[in-house]
Order: sequence, then C-alpha cells, then structure tokens
Amino acid sequence: MSNILGYRRHVPGTQPKHLHPPYVSSITRAPSKPLVYIPHTLTEATGPLFGKEVIDVKACDLTRQHSGEPLGERIILGGRVLDEDGRPIARTLVEVWQANAAGRYLHKVDQHDAPLDPNFTGCGHTLTDDEGRYRFVTIRPGAYPWRNHYNAWRPAHIHFSLFGPAFATRLVTQMYFPGDALLPYDPIFNCTADEQARNRLISVFDWASTIPDQALGYRFDIFLNGREATPMEK
Amino acid sequence: MSFNATTSQTVGPYFSIGLTRLRKTDLVGAGGSGDRITISGRVIDGEGKPVPDAMLEIWQANSHGKYAHPEDTQNKPLEPDFQGYGRVGVDENGGFAFSTVKPGTVPGPDGKTQAPHIAISVFARGLLLRLVTRIYFPDEASNTDDCVLNLVEPARRGTLIARKSTVVGALEWNVILQGTDETVFFDC
Repeated sequence: MSNILGYRRHVPGTQPKHLHPPYVSSITRAPSKPLVYIPHTLTEATGPLFGKEVIDVKACDLTRQHSGEPLGERIILGGRVLDEDGRPIARTLVEVWQANAAGRYLHKVDQHDAPLDPNFTGCGHTLTDDEGRYRFVTIRPGAYPWRNHYNAWRPAHIHFSLFGPAFATRLVTQMYFPGDALLPYDPIFNCTADEQARNRLISVFDWASTIPDQALGYRFDIFLNGREATPMEK
Repeated sequence: MSFNATTSQTVGPYFSIGLTRLRKTDLVGAGGSGDRITISGRVIDGEGKPVPDAMLEIWQANSHGKYAHPEDTQNKPLEPDFQGYGRVGVDENGGFAFSTVKPGTVPGPDGKTQAPHIAISVFARGLLLRLVTRIYFPDEASNTDDCVLNLVEPARRGTLIARKSTVVGALEWNVILQGTDETVFFDC
C-alpha cells in the first residue's frame, strides 16, 4: 500500500490562480501564502463514490419538476466525462444548478429584478453511463447583473459539480454558451490564463442531439485529472 | 491522446440550489464503531469577517483506518453505515459543525503511517478553485511523524490541528482563508 498511484497535477496556466483581482470577491478570500505541495496518499487517491441509491432518475430533466413547463428555450445538454487520457469515467455523479430563463436564481440572496419561474427550480443531477455520457434536459439560463464592477453582467452559464473517482479529481466548474457577447467582459470566465483551456468551458451547439420541433442540443465534455503513469509505463 | 483537466470555476453565491441535496452533517449511521466526535468552527476571510456563503466537504477513513473505496485494499473492516463523506454549509456567521468518528491511521508513503486526519475541501464565492486542507487531532503522538504535517513549516502546523473544548468529544477548528493566521492549504 505504500506506493500509491497518484493523479496528475494541473498543467500550469490551465487553471485559475486563487487571487484574480478583477473578480473582486477573490481579493479577501484567496489564500495569501503559497500552497503546500503534498504527495497523493491513500487519502487523496480515494474519495466518496455515489451510486444509484442517491439518484432520482427524474432529476436529469429540469423541465419536469413542477406541474407546468418552465419558460425559456428548451435545451438538451449532454456530453462525456473523461479523464485526461480520454478514458470514460463511468457511473460518476454530475450535479448542476442554474438561473432561470430570466436570469434569476431561486435563492434568497438573489434580488435581481427579474421574475422567478414557479415551474423552474434550476437543480439537477445524474450519473454518467458506462461510456461516461450524461444528458440533461433544461432551459437556457438568462444572463444576469452582478455587483462586481460597473455594469457587470454574467454570461449565461450552468454550474457543474463532479467528484470523479478520487478526492484528487474533485471539480466544480461553469459551462457557457457559444457566441455569448458577454464572455469577453466576464472576470470569472477570463480568470484562466490559457485561452484554449478557457474556451473549453464553452459548450458546442450539437445538431446531432437537437430534437426537431422540441429542443436545441449542446455538448459539453468534461475532463478530470488523469492517473499518473505507472513506473512500467514510464 | 491527452486532454488537460477542465478549468475550475467558483461555486458562486447560489450553490445551495444544487448542492444541498447531498448535505451530510452527521457522517455516522446508527451502528458503527469508534469515538464519536463533533467538529465545529467558522470560515473567516482576510479581513477577519465571517464568510456566510461557504461549504465544506469531508472525506475520511473509518475508525479502523479504512476508506470506503475499492482502492483501499487494506485488510481492515468496513463499516456498512459509514461512508466517510460529509458536506456542510456555513450559517450567516460563517459557522459550521459536523459529527463523525475519529478516523484510524492510514498508510502513507514509504511504508509509513499517517496520523489520523480528515481531508477537507472548502468551496465559496470568491474561491475560483476549491481549497484543500486537513484536520488533525490534538494529543496525537503520531502527528510528529506525519508525512504531510512535516511538509508544513512548524509555526503553521497548528492551523491544521483541531482544539479540544470543554465538552468531551467536541473539537474546534477554523478555516482562516487569508492573513497572518491563514490555514495551511495544499497543492494536491
């Protein structure tokens, strides 16, 4: 047990720095001292695993959680969860949350002057299948103002939370939509130096999963930290 | 073919919409062996103000030092009611509390043993990535030889060790995000 196969560390530039002053909330919350590098031990190479017992199979359709249908543009949001070698991560939990079509969250702190939708909570979850695929039915969230700076607006986005196979692979991120004019102005989207890494947070319009007369399809693939190469592979 | 891991983004202020369902502040089921403990504290920002919109996730071994995960192949018993996972939000004063059992020792690198510890992820508005830290236990002789604690400069190790309170089994541990008494966070 002494030689744990760890997970790969992030490639420099492909993740945000903790302190990103244009995102004002980071100024008093980001650590000021350097992080302490630690090896991956059994603690980091294991992690909570969630199975069917925590899943409500209906929770992958955010448009069917109330008596009526939510307002907004219905979308099919799907993709795969893979590791950095492109191997599917099967039966892993994906949690999502989002604003409604008017750009309002069902949350007491959100006082944006836009209507709540009685037919939309904005919360879903699912497990990936054996090929790492997931699929949600939801509505496209609206953009909304926030107080970070003058005339600040968040581009439309959906929050994603994933555990993957280990404590070391935990990821919380946000998915954006292609062609959103607000993206160049958003300090959260732009907090990552590497442009390519940043742009991979933007989903792709997917004609193949678009359902005629019903919903537009978007694809968003998610990559979690891969395994370190074994000594044999080195 | 190789891809870099997807970029992290903040949980923002509204994460409770999506993440409350798997809230778990009592990690112990009806049965289960081990010393019951509660750990409570606050999340504080760089200005000394409480953070009212943070969330902690907990990952730990059971009282025997066994993780409920297939890669833990140690010959130690699993506890059917104990998965080692917890998720706790903070209140308006940045306060949190969870109850669990004290974990056993688990293997570390080079055949050594790690002191009992709980792995913690901290999420909050303003944090673009999660922060990773650990909770260790007071009066624990094995802390001296712990491979992770020994990577931390001695003056800062105390930020990782819970404090005893006047109540037996009740421990206190704070998360100081920034500043002189900043909690040690790991690159992990």
